[in-house]
Amino acid sequence: MARAISTKRKAVFTVAAWIVALIIFFPILYTIITSFKSETEAIAGFNMIPSGTMESYGAVQDQYNYFKPFMNSVVLSVGSTILALLIAIPAAWSMAFSPTKRTKDILMWMLSTKMMPAVAVLFPMYLIFRNLGLLDSRIGLTVMLTMINLPIVVWMLYTYFREIPSEILEAARMDGASLWNEIIYVLTPMAVPGIASTMLLNIILAWNEAFWTIRLTATDAAPLTAFISSFSSPQGLFWAKLSAASTLAIAPILIMGWFSQKQLVRGLTFGAVK
Amino acid sequence: MKLKTFLLGTCSALLLCGFANAETLTIATVNNGDMVRMQGLTEDFTTKNPDIQLEWVTLEENVLRERVTTDIATKGGQYDVMTIGTYEVPIWAKQNWLLPLDNLGADYDAADIIPAIAGGLSVDGKLFAAPFYGESSFIMYRKDLMEKAGLTMPDAPTWEFVADAARKMTDRTAEINGVCLRGKAGWGENMAFLTAMSNSFGARWFDEQWKPQFDQAEWKNTLQFYVDLMKDAGPVGASSNGFNENLALFQQGKCGMWIDATVAASFVSNPTDSMVADKVGYALAPDTGLGKRGNWLWAWSLAVPAGTQKAEAAQKFVSWATSKAYLELVASKEGWANVPPGTRSSLYANAEYQKAAPFAKMTLDSINSADPTKPTVKPVPYVGVQFVAIPEFQGLGTTVGQLFSAALAGQMTVDEALKQAQDVTTATMTEGGYIK
Repeated sequence: MARAISTKRKAVFTVAAWIVALIIFFPILYTIITSFKSETEAIAGFNMIPSGTMESYGAVQDQYNYFKPFMNSVVLSVGSTILALLIAIPAAWSMAFSPTKRTKDILMWMLSTKMMPAVAVLFPMYLIFRNLGLLDSRIGLTVMLTMINLPIVVWMLYTYFREIPSEILEAARMDGASLWNEIIYVLTPMAVPGIASTMLLNIILAWNEAFWTIRLTATDAAPLTAFISSFSSPQGLFWAKLSAASTLAIAPILIMGWFSQKQLVRGLTFGAVK
Repeated sequence: MKLKTFLLGTCSALLLCGFANAETLTIATVNNGDMVRMQGLTEDFTTKNPDIQLEWVTLEENVLRERVTTDIATKGGQYDVMTIGTYEVPIWAKQNWLLPLDNLGADYDAADIIPAIAGGLSVDGKLFAAPFYGESSFIMYRKDLMEKAGLTMPDAPTWEFVADAARKMTDRTAEINGVCLRGKAGWGENMAFLTAMSNSFGARWFDEQWKPQFDQAEWKNTLQFYVDLMKDAGPVGASSNGFNENLALFQQGKCGMWIDATVAASFVSNPTDSMVADKVGYALAPDTGLGKRGNWLWAWSLAVPAGTQKAEAAQKFVSWATSKAYLELVASKEGWANVPPGTRSSLYANAEYQKAAPFAKMTLDSINSADPTKPTVKPVPYVGVQFVAIPEFQGLGTTVGQLFSAALAGQMTVDEALKQAQDVTTATMTEGGYIK
């Protein structure tokens, strides 16, 4: 009897999970469907069955070179993630294993920087980038994306590190491990699921960042977000082409997310159940 | 062998020197059909100017404005040529943000630029941007539906005729709306249309002392007429419709009339995209007999920012892209119907163009009837037909546009929208120091 109730509940939760997942995924699905419509079909109204035309993909390929912004997106997202991890791992170690009475305040302060609207600092940032000669450079944008995502990276790593018993690190110290050896050979391998999920999440966030990547680039460092925005037109139909460009832009990150979903979920739920 | 190696080395070095000396111009632009076409034809320019390379930055219109404004105000120097409109040119030229275009070459023939367009892009008689394509607005209508309604569209109709025809053409069961007009909020969306429309009703944004005029009868007449007409003969959800939405409706045969940009004529008459391509007629924008029509004037234009280090090369490019030779180049590659319209008088005297574009004469007449320096019946302290060329207008126009869009959607009354428009405009103009 108990088994029957459990199965029923499980079925309800499964259906509910599928419904929620479909609702969340629907905008992406509809973007993909629209990319296989003609411009007239795309603006004609809601329709889940496209004619299957590839003309929008052809137009997108004719108009712009996809490879350059794609490579920029790869360099910026991977580069900013590596840089963020290099800074965040020692910072999170310090806060998790050697906290002071101000640690919580520092963590809150770091998080509070995410609450400020980006446009509020557009002019100062633009001037700094101009004066440092970093406008439209991959280096400048990598640093920018690192700074944007650093609070989340530190917070996530801090949460994972706190789940690791400090006795293990103390044992390593007793065995004569230096600070760096302790972090690299003891802490990091134990926190691999957490670090991996943080890394994946940071790559996704950096890949999708559109405010700064559009505003601080022109031709050399412009990533796929700029590629997408170039298909919006004030006079002329563009929904199908925009959808095709968006599909091309999100495809790599969707594929990466699909293959790494186990790692991502394991990392995100790490320490959630004791 | 040694001689061969030496020659190869010398050639490579010369080639490298050539690349090293090549200047690269960065051009910021919007994703309009004519702009995209130009990008495809730039080989003609680079062949004639092998020392100049071109890089394009194509952006959404509002992002482009923001990016270009940020860059020019901070002297970022990211762009050497920028695409801007008739709204920005007078403001930016007065700020010394743009270089005067006085080096466009001997055979450029600046006198051939349509006077109304050149006037909108000049300050103190100097041209600060060269028009790439120009537009006014006019009526595009379905000849078959007009005939069915037992009416004949005059070349220069009144608003009364348009409203009557729209109500008669409306057939809700057949999904035909008598008239499709912009309703989406934005200074360049519904406010472009409504400001131009208000001119024909004798309204104005400000009096000579910069006092807002939304509390005057002319604005009430304009907005009430618009809301009533759209309620009776407009499409469902019109408050979300801009140029592209109305274009789609008209192309699908769901609009009896559409009053919008003259460049739309080439879209609605293109049989590939439009179901009604062979049924479209054109007429001047309506009036109320006060001497002004409800049409606007706009030109997407190429300007050279004052911060560029490549002014000479930039002017060379602007000259090429806005020349008579460029129009001929487009005609030879893609046909006369695809030539960017509304910039040069000689184009409208060209028999081949007239044949390919049946809307050519009406477009020229519409452009010529708009006067940015005297946009409405009463005197005004500003320049601009469908906008007010002051920096505050971009924000103000959008705020007022949101109020008028809300009135169209029935979220507030016409009187409430006008009252709030008057209040917000007065506050902004007082803060800006226009009202003492």
